[in-house]
Amino acid sequence: MNDQGGTITLVDIRKNIDQAIGAKDASLARALMTELWSAYPGPASAPLILSGFQALEELGDEVDVNPLNVCVLRSFAVEPCVPILKATALLGHIKLDVTLGEFNTYAQDILSPESPAYAPDTDCVILGVQTRDIAPDLWIRQGKPVSERVADVIGSFESLINTFRSHSDAYLLVHNLQQPAWAGEGILDVASAQSQRDAICQINRGLVAAAAKHKGVYVLDYDALVARHGRANWSDESRWLSMRLPVAMENLHHLSDEWLKYLVPMSGRVAKALVVDLDNTLWGGVLGEDGVGGIQLDGEYPGAAYQAVQQVLLDLSRRGVILAVCSKNDEADALKVIESHPGMLVGTDSFSVLKINWQDKATNIRAIAEELNIGTDAIAFLDDNAAERLWVRQSLPEVCVIELSDDPMTFADALRRTPVFERLGLSSEDKQRNQQYAEQRQRDDLQGSMASLEDFYRSLDMQLDVFSVTPAEVARVAQLTQKTNQFNLTTRRYSEADISRFLNDPSFDVFAARVIDRFGDSGIIAVVIVEVEDTKVRLDTFLMSCRVIGKTVETGILSIIASELEGKGIKTLTGHFIASAKNSPAGSFLADHGFKEDEDLGWQIKLPAASLRVPDWFKA
Amino acid sequence: MTDTSKSEQVRQIIADTLFMSLEEIGADASQDSVRNWDSLQQLNLVLALEQTFNVRFKPEEFAAMTSVEKILEQLSLKGA
Repeated sequence: MNDQGGTITLVDIRKNIDQAIGAKDASLARALMTELWSAYPGPASAPLILSGFQALEELGDEVDVNPLNVCVLRSFAVEPCVPILKATALLGHIKLDVTLGEFNTYAQDILSPESPAYAPDTDCVILGVQTRDIAPDLWIRQGKPVSERVADVIGSFESLINTFRSHSDAYLLVHNLQQPAWAGEGILDVASAQSQRDAICQINRGLVAAAAKHKGVYVLDYDALVARHGRANWSDESRWLSMRLPVAMENLHHLSDEWLKYLVPMSGRVAKALVVDLDNTLWGGVLGEDGVGGIQLDGEYPGAAYQAVQQVLLDLSRRGVILAVCSKNDEADALKVIESHPGMLVGTDSFSVLKINWQDKATNIRAIAEELNIGTDAIAFLDDNAAERLWVRQSLPEVCVIELSDDPMTFADALRRTPVFERLGLSSEDKQRNQQYAEQRQRDDLQGSMASLEDFYRSLDMQLDVFSVTPAEVARVAQLTQKTNQFNLTTRRYSEADISRFLNDPSFDVFAARVIDRFGDSGIIAVVIVEVEDTKVRLDTFLMSCRVIGKTVETGILSIIASELEGKGIKTLTGHFIASAKNSPAGSFLADHGFKEDEDLGWQIKLPAASLRVPDWFKA
Repeated sequence: MTDTSKSEQVRQIIADTLFMSLEEIGADASQDSVRNWDSLQQLNLVLALEQTFNVRFKPEEFAAMTSVEKILEQLSLKGA
């Protein structure tokens, strides 16, 4: 009995996990535990996952985890959910510390400053109260007028939320009220002025309004969760009566998963990008074998299953999730399908990166992460092929590999179920993010169609803004010195305090630069720190974001600064190149701009220099 | 499944639930003899048995399952 219909038994997987741990193969053990949980989520597997992770820790497993401290206040038993919640979280690289309020003392816990809810390092408090506990006469219709009860219950929630927020800044996640499976008035309820269902809906709307008055207070739609699995099937009434556990055994992990949809974004361990395969993932069939006419992608069975996946991609993209393709295919053929197949809902401009080649997927995913300038731990991967999934799980254990069954009709749901795509709110940056990446790709595409590089540079309509840094830019400047690895002449890492010190030191000048071109404003993308000694200037730091490499921006920046220094009477510019593992792109920078190497003094150039002129494709 | 392997499986589930090793849960283990086996763990144990053997225990059966022997008895009554 399991969700995935797998034929391997729990006992077998457990044996394989023990073998992998015995062989000290941490990534295989981790991959097997993910498979175990996917096939048999629930109270029997949770202890195996927890002790498995204990063993991995002892093996020195290296994947980072995000910690989160959670306290659950409740009107029902939740103890069996705790190991299930912790196990699922660990598989998603989140380490949860869970405390519980006493059974049914949720109100006292909120009112009392000594309660576990107010422990100093609490990140999130979950408040789970059942309809039958806070509004018993709405749970079982007793014939009283409902309108008064609605206002009372909303008032109770408001009071709980306001009191909590007055004592704590931690996140608060409040369950809304579930509908009973059967309305007291039977079929009359739906149109009744005293409708039980409608009363609960009004309370739930009032709860949303009460939460919206505060920062960091969220409503967990418990009623929708129950409805999703069937109101008739969710509860175990006899277990409620004997053990106060109202949720049936097979649904415990569904409650845990719903909590995680909030806890995951709260922990920060979200996926910023989703990398998708093509064959049998975005369309049915294999393009290389079935040809463009043979793949299945339309509104009928089974093509509709793949269109459903593409629809989820569109939804995720609107939420700020970056999309990328990683497929073993002929690139030209695959691009043609993406661009012009009538069944496609996403297009080439939906994707920020497309890796369509014959390389292994782990290498491609690493490259995608680099190009997007994010960590591999912020990537989720969708691929119908179990062997590819296992390969990526073992090579890149920090990537969120989405588990899929054999049935494409379940793929879209698997995506929707994954908590790493949830967000607590959408910043304007999130909404703009895909637009920024799309602009970047437009720039890259343009390069292909230009007759010469100079034409290309000219077509970008670039404007350089090089300026002396003020305190307002100190944070961004320091961040760039710490993050920039490739185009970095000396890789000197500076803190905000260091940069401030440079600003206040008359012998140092700190410059920053922005590029504005026809696709947008890049923001600050370069930092130059110089030290003045009489008529000589030393380049302490010259770095540039990899986003603007290949457009002669470095030439422009260096030339503008050289010209300004020359105007102040500087006669010589000097510099060193300090090689690092990653900065070979900056290796020839000094030589390329006319600096000559001197054994003792490093590289230097006399001003004015013909090689330090701002190219004419930059707008004045 | 043979009787010995069913007994071992039940002992293994008890060991897992209590975060103990299989060796610490003998065929004669009971709530009285095993220190960590309290009423909260009883609930976790029953849920784990339900998932593993695909059965449902009623409250009165639950209360009776206080030793390896009694658990095996309940399982065989359910044909598991």
